[in-house]
Amino acid sequence: MNELNGYFRRKQFSRLMLVLCGIATAVVILVLIFILGYTLVNGISYLSLDFITQPSKPVGEVGGGMRDDIYGTFILVGLASIIALPVGLMAGIFLAEFAGPKAASAIRFAADILAGVPSIIVGVFAYAILVRPMHTYSALSAGVALAIIMIPVVARTAEESLRLVPNSQREAALALGISRWRITLGVIVPGAVTGIVTGIMLAVARIAGETAPLIFTALGSAFGVQGLAEPIGALPLQIYRYALSPYSDWQQQAWAAAFLLIILVLGINISVRLVSSRRQK
Amino acid sequence: MTVKSNTASTVWARVGDKIFSRLTLFFSVLMAAILIALLIALGIDAWPAIQKFGLSFITSIEWDPVNEVFGALPAIYGTLLSSLIGLIIAVPISLGSAIFLSELAPDWMRRPCSFLIEMLAAIPSVIIGLWGLYVMVPFIRNPIEIWLGSNLGFLPLFSGPPFGVGFLSAGIILAIMVIPIITAISREAIFAVPVTQREAMLALGATRWEMITRAVLPYCRSGLMGGVILGLGRALGETMAVTMVIGNGYVLSPSLFSPGATIASKVASEFNEASGDLYIGSLIELALVLFAITLLVNIIARLLVWRTVSVRGTGE
Repeated sequence: MNELNGYFRRKQFSRLMLVLCGIATAVVILVLIFILGYTLVNGISYLSLDFITQPSKPVGEVGGGMRDDIYGTFILVGLASIIALPVGLMAGIFLAEFAGPKAASAIRFAADILAGVPSIIVGVFAYAILVRPMHTYSALSAGVALAIIMIPVVARTAEESLRLVPNSQREAALALGISRWRITLGVIVPGAVTGIVTGIMLAVARIAGETAPLIFTALGSAFGVQGLAEPIGALPLQIYRYALSPYSDWQQQAWAAAFLLIILVLGINISVRLVSSRRQK
Repeated sequence: MTVKSNTASTVWARVGDKIFSRLTLFFSVLMAAILIALLIALGIDAWPAIQKFGLSFITSIEWDPVNEVFGALPAIYGTLLSSLIGLIIAVPISLGSAIFLSELAPDWMRRPCSFLIEMLAAIPSVIIGLWGLYVMVPFIRNPIEIWLGSNLGFLPLFSGPPFGVGFLSAGIILAIMVIPIITAISREAIFAVPVTQREAMLALGATRWEMITRAVLPYCRSGLMGGVILGLGRALGETMAVTMVIGNGYVLSPSLFSPGATIASKVASEFNEASGDLYIGSLIELALVLFAITLLVNIIARLLVWRTVSVRGTGE
């Protein structure tokens, strides 16, 4: 009788803990809904056509928008991609196709460690190697900082997708007497292109929202986009500045900017996942 | 003729192969070299501060740009404290949801739930900071901090005036940001446990919870530890959201309500205004300290995680 009682109690306890696990999951999802919902609802109420089409205005003047900062974000992401894609893709190809086991694990380790370096440190690095010697904050230095964040992500996802291409394809192409580099670029990379593009898009979504490395590289600009050797504005940077400003007009613009940024970032994430999950089926 | 052209094309193919594989090697080494370049560049720019303060940089609590005296201890303390709070909140929740997602959830719930948690990781840190500052912090101040202060105020942990911004808010924000990472890795680690392990435990008459805690979790504990430490690495270096809610104090206070700073928040909020080699050098030395800490933590995490499951970069 006592034993049965003990079993009953253990069962109850088990059930209780399992319910708690479910609650934990629900809490996480609720937090997401809170953050998303608040940002979307709050943001859209401050969003206007002016916000997208007008340059920013100095404090005190009503109105103004973030046209230049939106533009700046696209330029920075483009710049970072131009720098990061060749390096990341080639490193991914090396890891998947050419590296011996020792070299591969060393490079892979370096990539993972680089991916774990806090983004603010990457910003300090770009400041040290570009802003200081050039004596000016610049779009270029910000692009380099974002590229450094992007490279390991692209390299590792490219490697993983290349590895999924079946070996029989490599062997078939080799049997035709084609050289390895042409097989790699003509057969293997095209075979893995969905995965590679997915990785690139996710990396782009990530750096589009990065703020810390931009503070002392891009700096922000009140004069629009002027060139790669000049300071430049960016959406996340402006959210940070405006959120901490004491002016309610600017705080509202920060919410509107957050709305745009979240649409951009989650939009990329969701569409990429939809496409790749459809491919899997 | 055909033989000749064939050999010519083989030669070219061989040269092309060599060039191409060397190129891929070059870019791989370039990627790895960034790490070393980081260390060197930060070391050079931090040199004025390293030379001036030596080891006392780490143990001193003063940060006085006017008299050019800089010490990192409060920032290091703030970094460790906020990350610790973050982990204390995040680990049980993450483990709970990982268990739910891998052991309990019906099939139709698994994918959407995992997807939503991954989305949480994709939200830019500055937006979480914005939300934290305007939505969460007022709520933390009143009722949470006021309630804790009036009921548990005798503990140094909950003493002092409730500001809202401070270590507690920073810790909670960090928890939100590392939960998706720890959950994802723990889920994979739990998935990798063989079914036989579970069946054996159930056959012994264990309840489901006993099966999970005694047969499943111990089996994959190095993967779980790796996930937690990887989350720690992320929390230590997280910048924007923390900067926005930690309140920019510079104190060694035991109170969780106290405004403070982390290394990352100190660098982010003062770098632009800093002038003079010593001031900038001190901020860069702060960054160097953070780099060293996260490097160590990430290396440990990698070694642990690699044993059990393969994961992508921490960034996601």
